[in-house]
Amino acid sequence: MSVQTRAETAEPDAARPAGGAVGRPGPATPSRRARYQRWRRDRILVALMVPGLLYYAIFHYGALFGSVLAFLDYVPFLGLSGSRWIGLDNFQRLFGDADFWRATVNTLEIAVLQIVFFFPAPLALALLLHSLTHTRIKRFVQSVVYLPHFVSWVIVIALFQQVLGATGVLNGFLADGGLHTVHILGNPDAFKPMVVAQVIWKDTGWGTIIFLAALTQVDEQLYEAAALDGARPWRRFWHVTLPAIRPVIVLLLVLRLGEILSVGFEQILLQRDAVGARAAEVIDTFVYFHGIQDGDFGLAAAAGLFKGVVGVVLVYAANKISHRLGESGVYR
Amino acid sequence: MKLQRRDSRRGAGRPAWQEAPHPLTSTAKAVAIVVVLALVAVPFLVVISTSLADPADVVANGGWAIWPEHPTLAAYKEILSGGIVGRATVVSLGVTVVGTALSLAATVLLAYALSRPAVFGGKPIMLVVLFTFLFPPGIIPAYLVVKETGLLNSYAALIAPVLVNTFNLVVMRGFFQSLPAELYEAARMDGASELTMLWRITIPLSRAVLAVVGLFYAVSYWNSWFNALIYIDEPARWPLQLVLRTYVLAGGQLADPSAGEAGLLSAPQTVRMAVVVLATIPIVLVYPFLQRFFVKGVLSGAIKS
Repeated sequence: MSVQTRAETAEPDAARPAGGAVGRPGPATPSRRARYQRWRRDRILVALMVPGLLYYAIFHYGALFGSVLAFLDYVPFLGLSGSRWIGLDNFQRLFGDADFWRATVNTLEIAVLQIVFFFPAPLALALLLHSLTHTRIKRFVQSVVYLPHFVSWVIVIALFQQVLGATGVLNGFLADGGLHTVHILGNPDAFKPMVVAQVIWKDTGWGTIIFLAALTQVDEQLYEAAALDGARPWRRFWHVTLPAIRPVIVLLLVLRLGEILSVGFEQILLQRDAVGARAAEVIDTFVYFHGIQDGDFGLAAAAGLFKGVVGVVLVYAANKISHRLGESGVYR
Repeated sequence: MKLQRRDSRRGAGRPAWQEAPHPLTSTAKAVAIVVVLALVAVPFLVVISTSLADPADVVANGGWAIWPEHPTLAAYKEILSGGIVGRATVVSLGVTVVGTALSLAATVLLAYALSRPAVFGGKPIMLVVLFTFLFPPGIIPAYLVVKETGLLNSYAALIAPVLVNTFNLVVMRGFFQSLPAELYEAARMDGASELTMLWRITIPLSRAVLAVVGLFYAVSYWNSWFNALIYIDEPARWPLQLVLRTYVLAGGQLADPSAGEAGLLSAPQTVRMAVVVLATIPIVLVYPFLQRFFVKGVLSGAIKS
């Protein structure tokens, strides 16, 4: 991401011929003077930024500041400034809480299942779509498989209920056939695979976009040369396609690893009550139920902050690893 | 002539070096495609069928219908004749329209200012914005901010906390930066101000990305329910998705003890499914437009970032 900012500095001020004074060699304090000139030149642009910047200041950085309540004995009536500073007590309570560790383990289990089963799915579908030579069929399939991404989780769960639920289509067919009905959606043991299946249903199609873009970037001549050297389709995939799209795969994996403690908050919150907290509590729902529902703001904020910090560390680590592997990763 | 027709029908077609596919491979591919299409389409079709079916048929069948044998619009008439669903639909539409307009405006202005070369404060501001990718606000601090700003229980609480989406901002800025600099220089020579250039050059040339980002915002406002759950106490002011979640899902096996009693909880399955369809319709309506701009707008911006 910093690539853009770097590119920006490379562009000389001369690209903006507006304020003639900008490029002029300044007298005594050139940098300060130049900054003042730029401010005068860009006042209107800065004014345009105000609504957006206010948003970031209040709802992102204000919230970031609000995270200090993880270190407070927060009483809503007293507010942030009136509540007592208790240092790491909330964290001590959090790390001594078996429910929190249960939630962390659930989170990691779901994340691993997602990485193993969901992550390759868009790549597989993209390869299938890419191999279609009939443009109109390809377009049609793409339109259909992108659609679930735009449907809300509430609707996705409703669809799954109607198909797989106790009174759904699947059990209807099983009952009609004289077979045992299956208890899927309310079953704690089936919950984690079900969550992954729902993600696969909703986002596999959408996930193909980035892989398809990468696949079209592969140099056609490489395929041709490989084919002339006698490489069959599978070898061409292994030696041409895969190396060419490796940077994209690594990039997406790095991003996913950074978010390993986020596993579909809305999706899981919607279904948690059906299977119980033991199977379905993840860190985000832990934060929601302890903070918003039970009013234990300090503990919940500590859990949220823990999750945020781990996320930053993971992005950093995963990025480092991808550099070791010779990839560019997310940023330099 | 012949060649042209072939090209338009088959796109790139199969290059000369590629071997003709084995019939088994082609069959496997066709089967895979059909299975994928069916997996996506069947759940939607079942829900639509159930919503249009006769309630008695649905009950007799155990709660679903794969094809409405005695189709009726009764379920839709019931939910749209006022009551909580009708009100929630109005709330959702209002929040979506107002929210999308405000989000789009704030995003365009910020993206435009940050897209100008060497703008005052551009680099630090970009870092400040991108940092939020790395460290999004947690649920509790976000709730606290909404509470402290006095937005609780107002519709503004559904818009202000999600006003600008950083991904959308980055995509839009990338697109603005890709516009030819000569246009701006020429306009500058003619004495155009920044506002004039934004209005006369940037916006007319960026229709594709504006459409995509606008539709992304609209979809996310329409689909949002969690913020309403934590910020708005009164069910009468809830958006459609939250009503759906509380009264329709809760009626299935996802019983939520906090949902309380409501007419919809005991409503027949046809009515419930009609609510699901109602909540999906706007997405399906805007989808073709969204789709047309995907490749043009999103990818060009996203790949660069």
